[in-house]
Amino acid sequence: MAAHLKKRVYEEFTKVVQQQHEDLSAKKLRLTKPSKSAALHVDLCKATSPADALQYLLQFARKPVEVESVEGVVRILLEHYYKENDASVRLKIASLLGLLSKTAGFSPDCIMDDAINTLQNEKSHQVLAQLLDTLLVIGTKLTENPSVRMRLVEVACKHLTDSSHGVRNKCLQLIGCLGPVEKGGAKEAESQAAKDVQKIIGDHFNDQDPRVRTAAIKAMLQLHERGLKLQQAIYSQACKLLADDYEQVRSAAVQLIWVLSQLYPESIVPIPSSNEEIRLVDDAFGKICHMVSDGSWVVRVQAAKLLGSMQQVSSHFLEQTLDKKLMSDLRRKRTAHERAKELYSSGEFSSGRKWGDDAPKEEIDTGAVNLIESGACGAFVHGLEDEMYEVRIAAVEALCMLAQSSPSFAEKCLDFLVDMFNDEIEEVRLQSIHTMRKISHNITLREDQLDTVLAVLEDSSRDIREALHELLCCTNVSTKEGIHLALVELLKNLTKYPTDRESIWKCLKFLGSRHPTLVLPLVPELLSTHPFFDTPEPDMDDPAYIAVLVLIFNAAKSCPTMPALFSDHTFRHYAYLRDSLSHLVPALRLPGRKLVSSPVSPSITPHEDPSQQFLHQSLERVYNLQHLDPQGIQELLEFTIRDLQRLGELQSELAGMADFTATYLQCQLLLIKALQEKLWNVAAPLHLKQNALASTAAKQILEETYKMEFMYSGVESRQVLIIHHMRLQAKALQLIVTARTTRGVEPLFGMCEKFLQEVDSFQRCFISELPHMQGSFVDKLLDLMPRLVTSKPSEVVKILQTTLRQSTFLHLPLPEQLHRATANIIEPTGESDNPLRFTSGLVVALDVDATLEHVQDPQGTVKVQVLYPDGQAQIIHPKAADFRNPGPGRHRLITQVYLSHTAWTEPCQIEVRLLLAYNSNRSKASAKIPKCSWSESLEALPQTETSIEGTIPFSKPVKVYIMPKPARR
Amino acid sequence: SVFCWDTGAGQDVGRSCILVSIAGKNVMLDCGMHMGYNDDRRFPDFSYITQNGRLTDFLDCVIISHFHLDHCGALPYFSEMVGYDGPIYMTHPTKAICPILLEDYRKITVDKKGEINFFTSQMIKDCMKKVVAVHLHQTVQVDEELEIKAYYAGHVLGAAMFQIKVGCEAVVYTGDYNMTPDRHLGAAWIDKCRPDLLISESTYATTIRDSKRCRERDFLKKVHETVERGGKVLIPVFALGRAQELCILLETFWERMNLKAPIYFSTGLTEKANHYYKLFITWTNQKIRKTFVQRNMFEFKHIKAFDRAFADNPGPMVVFATPGMLHAGQSLQIFKKWAGNEKNMVIMPGYCVQGTVGHKILSGQRKLEMEGRQILEVKMQVEYMSFSAHADAKGIMQLIRQAEPRNVLLVHGEAKKMEFLKQKIEQEFHVNCYMPANGETTTIFTNPSIPVDISLGLLKRETAIGLLPDVKKPQLMHGTLIMKDNSFRLVSPEQALKELGLAEHQLRFTCRVHIQDPRKEHETVLRVYNHLKGVLKDYSVQHLPDGSITVESILIQATAHSEDQGTKVLLVSWTYQDEELGSYLTSLLKKGLPPSTS
Repeated sequence: MAAHLKKRVYEEFTKVVQQQHEDLSAKKLRLTKPSKSAALHVDLCKATSPADALQYLLQFARKPVEVESVEGVVRILLEHYYKENDASVRLKIASLLGLLSKTAGFSPDCIMDDAINTLQNEKSHQVLAQLLDTLLVIGTKLTENPSVRMRLVEVACKHLTDSSHGVRNKCLQLIGCLGPVEKGGAKEAESQAAKDVQKIIGDHFNDQDPRVRTAAIKAMLQLHERGLKLQQAIYSQACKLLADDYEQVRSAAVQLIWVLSQLYPESIVPIPSSNEEIRLVDDAFGKICHMVSDGSWVVRVQAAKLLGSMQQVSSHFLEQTLDKKLMSDLRRKRTAHERAKELYSSGEFSSGRKWGDDAPKEEIDTGAVNLIESGACGAFVHGLEDEMYEVRIAAVEALCMLAQSSPSFAEKCLDFLVDMFNDEIEEVRLQSIHTMRKISHNITLREDQLDTVLAVLEDSSRDIREALHELLCCTNVSTKEGIHLALVELLKNLTKYPTDRESIWKCLKFLGSRHPTLVLPLVPELLSTHPFFDTPEPDMDDPAYIAVLVLIFNAAKSCPTMPALFSDHTFRHYAYLRDSLSHLVPALRLPGRKLVSSPVSPSITPHEDPSQQFLHQSLERVYNLQHLDPQGIQELLEFTIRDLQRLGELQSELAGMADFTATYLQCQLLLIKALQEKLWNVAAPLHLKQNALASTAAKQILEETYKMEFMYSGVESRQVLIIHHMRLQAKALQLIVTARTTRGVEPLFGMCEKFLQEVDSFQRCFISELPHMQGSFVDKLLDLMPRLVTSKPSEVVKILQTTLRQSTFLHLPLPEQLHRATANIIEPTGESDNPLRFTSGLVVALDVDATLEHVQDPQGTVKVQVLYPDGQAQIIHPKAADFRNPGPGRHRLITQVYLSHTAWTEPCQIEVRLLLAYNSNRSKASAKIPKCSWSESLEALPQTETSIEGTIPFSKPVKVYIMPKPARR
Repeated sequence: SVFCWDTGAGQDVGRSCILVSIAGKNVMLDCGMHMGYNDDRRFPDFSYITQNGRLTDFLDCVIISHFHLDHCGALPYFSEMVGYDGPIYMTHPTKAICPILLEDYRKITVDKKGEINFFTSQMIKDCMKKVVAVHLHQTVQVDEELEIKAYYAGHVLGAAMFQIKVGCEAVVYTGDYNMTPDRHLGAAWIDKCRPDLLISESTYATTIRDSKRCRERDFLKKVHETVERGGKVLIPVFALGRAQELCILLETFWERMNLKAPIYFSTGLTEKANHYYKLFITWTNQKIRKTFVQRNMFEFKHIKAFDRAFADNPGPMVVFATPGMLHAGQSLQIFKKWAGNEKNMVIMPGYCVQGTVGHKILSGQRKLEMEGRQILEVKMQVEYMSFSAHADAKGIMQLIRQAEPRNVLLVHGEAKKMEFLKQKIEQEFHVNCYMPANGETTTIFTNPSIPVDISLGLLKRETAIGLLPDVKKPQLMHGTLIMKDNSFRLVSPEQALKELGLAEHQLRFTCRVHIQDPRKEHETVLRVYNHLKGVLKDYSVQHLPDGSITVESILIQATAHSEDQGTKVLLVSWTYQDEELGSYLTSLLKKGLPPSTS
């Protein structure tokens, strides 16, 4: 029972894939249907009742039809269509026609006439609608042909007067998708159907059925998307639709208004009931703002989203959106924001509020108060207060976009954004923090605002705190008190959540370097130095002290007077931190001290950077390998690899590149070592050990090449070529080793053939690059290809062996940017001594929290692996929603892994690690393989040798102590 | 027409009790009591109704919008003591919580103040037995013609707006509502039901409120700071409504900020009510509804029941205590204990009546004289924070925009403020707005549309003749209207004749038109034919071999005038069914023929 339960739980909660290495998929069943049309015909003739016929059609629809037989099938279907009396069967046939005309490679113009003919005698509205849908499919496949389109549009116009909404709907859709877009064409005069699609569609804005009205607006939008310039006259019509009773109509109308406002921003429209006129974009903005307080939340979301992209609105209107005239008992009242600002500017700190401090001031002229029709007034205030968080998020996004383009608006919306930091839904809070970060270049935080922002630092959600740290990194603070406040709050944060250490240090680094002059007066206080007395030396391991130092040192970088305030131990600490936390502490020009390294001025391009130079020099050095003796080669490679690895550790920005190169050299080294042995020529069985070494080397090289190809972002095609080349060499090595260890020729045939195929596909992939590979392994191999194909396996092996030895070392060009994918599991920490207890057979959820850097498409590639002590391994695909994207190139995985096992006698550790799955089909190389004619249909796609799936572990494994208890009976 | 008679809510914030008479049906909306009086004036004067006989005979139903006592406080008095046995409608949460409040109210008046002649616990129970609970958006048929439907109103848990409909006449009564969502409730919403009358509360008729977020943030910040300093926070609250909102606010904040200081809630009737808050999740806001599967927000993790002894515990804490104005009970006791320490804080979340301790400290008094000549020095901080759940002027306008009523009636507000709003409503929506005083009757004339049944055959036949139906334009239609047994039917004339057993009579109009034309008869006919053919392009105009012309079914014949050969007499004859075309033709022919072209 328990086992069954466990199985069920797995089925329901996780997608667990037991990796199966036997290649099942190779045996793919390919069904051939010699004559589908004939079979269908027989079936349909056999059908005695409509229900039967429907069944046959349904069955038929489940299987795909080959391109060649589509037309035949269509004819048969049409034949039955005319005979059929039952509307439901006709409906199915009509839908099948549409499905069939979608078949890739089939040109449906031959069946178009028939399809149009069927329309003529059709009585059933549903079938008519379906037929029009079929025509739409046909039309979209034949967009290149204007006369076909014209004809279809004519047909659609004819049926626009149908009494069924479904038919009218489809007609409008058809016109929208196929209506003529190009103006003034030669054909214009010739056909009257193409008179004015816009007018035809516009007439249906007042249709009695809301669905048709929606379809008309959508058709109009479709026309716009296809490039037709909509007429301005529609604007007034669209405005009326905003007051429609049905939400889908209003929602579509809002879009239409938006489109028009983007098309004719500057034209002038009159304001009804007055003589004034305003720009169209302002008018539209007002109208859309009005929709932010619509009754339907779908419309509200739509409206709020669109507001963000209306950039041409005059600032006067824009600023109104944040303004809600407050009053109390008919007297003007200031908002809390205004009061806070006043308090701040008057120099008072916001102490507790007094009773009646918000008492209303001046009287309001009752006539002047406009309660509702004030257009843009307060739209965002409403949007941000909305009941549905979807609307609030949309409003925050819109605010962000508008603020990015208008600094003055950014300044104004600040208060509102800060307020959103206290929203009840975390997503909204996060979104508003991100928004604030995006507009931070436009704003400076006032102290009271900063106070509110900093209050959020205590949030228990790590996401929020990290987002806030990011925000603080790029915030401008106006006063030294502000900096002090920020530091104090960050330190508080640090004591409360020690895991935030790195993030806080980074934050302080930027805070320091942005505000050197504000930090300067704080230095004595922060370092607690005293003019006369020596103060005790702080503990160097205290993260809080390090945080303070990071702030100060970064400020000191652009403030030369600051080091004078340091005490002796500060200098010592500086030296220590500069070495241990080099990415946080910049190089300083300290008085009386030699610089640890020459200052890195920002103007230096990466190529002039000394470490970069070092990297290139080491590579240069390696390129002259050929001229050295074997021993020398190995030594040189080993040294270079060591150097590169150290460089990677020191210079985080070069880590990717250094690692990548080191890995490549490591492969080369392994290859050389494997080929080095003089014992190769001795009879094979005597040298099992040697063979073992060579075969492990080959295997390792293969692994490393996959790592190189898939673990680094920024790899270009040149590098891919070299990686593949290396892989080919490894495979050759493998072949040689196997040839030497196996007796008999039989298995070798297959292997040789496979290898040759690989060479062939390599050549196909990189045909353009081959000229660059003079003297390389593959170059030589290709020269020998004719001989290889015809010779026996043993000879092939011999040739390969010599070629491998003689081939030269390929230079590895380095791309501009190269980053290694890394993962770090934050949770579980692996430190707990308390085992996670659960009843065997049931599941326990383990929270996994990890940061991923430089992983492309993490949703598709990152997996969690769980290794049980009995060697059983589970691979879990996290849901796409479990990945967050806090910044460019960074991802965060927060997921739950379900564990289960049979009962154990005592607790034991399992290992959790992250894997990077790869699939060589997805690699950059395969994109270049020319599409063969025979692989067009999916069924016929050959199982190419190139598609190899595998996984690379790319995080340190974490041990989790678990204890499945036997179930109590 | 709709009559609306206000017994309590007109131009006054006191008890709500409105009587609506709509198309002959009488409905009572709310049955509240006035908090300010302790005599007969606290309950509405039902004698106005009882003078015509028993309540049950007069009223078709009673609707209660929400559980606040000024909306339901007089219910047991009304149903049990005055005597009403008809149905009482309220939403499920209201039905659950209302008796708790009534019982509490009864206890205070009878047990504490020692009043007699007041309703008893049994009466409350009996009264609740008459209540029919309704769901949101559920249409309840009270009787064959009267139907009611509830809409969400925010304000407090279970508050609803009601649409009362008889035939096609409808009234919407809002009760109290809130258009801005708060921490535990959503915003009021109504569809575009276009009622004849919208009866709206107008407590904040002249106020446009600031965003709620600032207030919330201020509140949280103050509490947080005090707690961090190690101080104690006292929040005097009324037991239901705002208290829950503040609890949720603090609870989520504690959760978010990982705070450890304890929060206490003084027990009593709140515990029972909280239980219902947990149950009626569907009535709360989006956040609570979405997350209750993981955790019900009203299952407070940080908020615990308060015990008298806790007040002396050291260290920071937050305590919610009743009553809200610090005039008696637990909140006052705790206040006395904590007032001396400047680290502590008291936050008044609502309005305080003059004379209470709450009002005194809010107006800045730092030395209070307690019973027994004690002087209490208030060193603790005093904060005021208003959390109100009524729609402000903008919200009221928004609701009117959503519902699109033809008339608006304002109740539950002060006359001066309502005047302003009335003017605004009339100006911006161009609808009539009324604000009756207590006891005043307002009559609203409606323009009811009367539904008529039409047979499908006739409808199809008639629409087939004309163009496509268009909502904007009325369409002409031929048929016979039969009014029988209070129902209206439109049937084809043949069927009508058959049903009534009458023989069909043909009615034919004949008209002579004189035309000056010296030519021969057949030439004249030909001219007329050509003329008509030219003018009436859409009709079939035929020239028959016997010398007559037919236009559809209209016959035209020409004869020479017996006296004057130069004048031709055109005989136009049509049936009653073709009246329209026939009269048009005659007028056309009377204008004469165009000058001959040949």
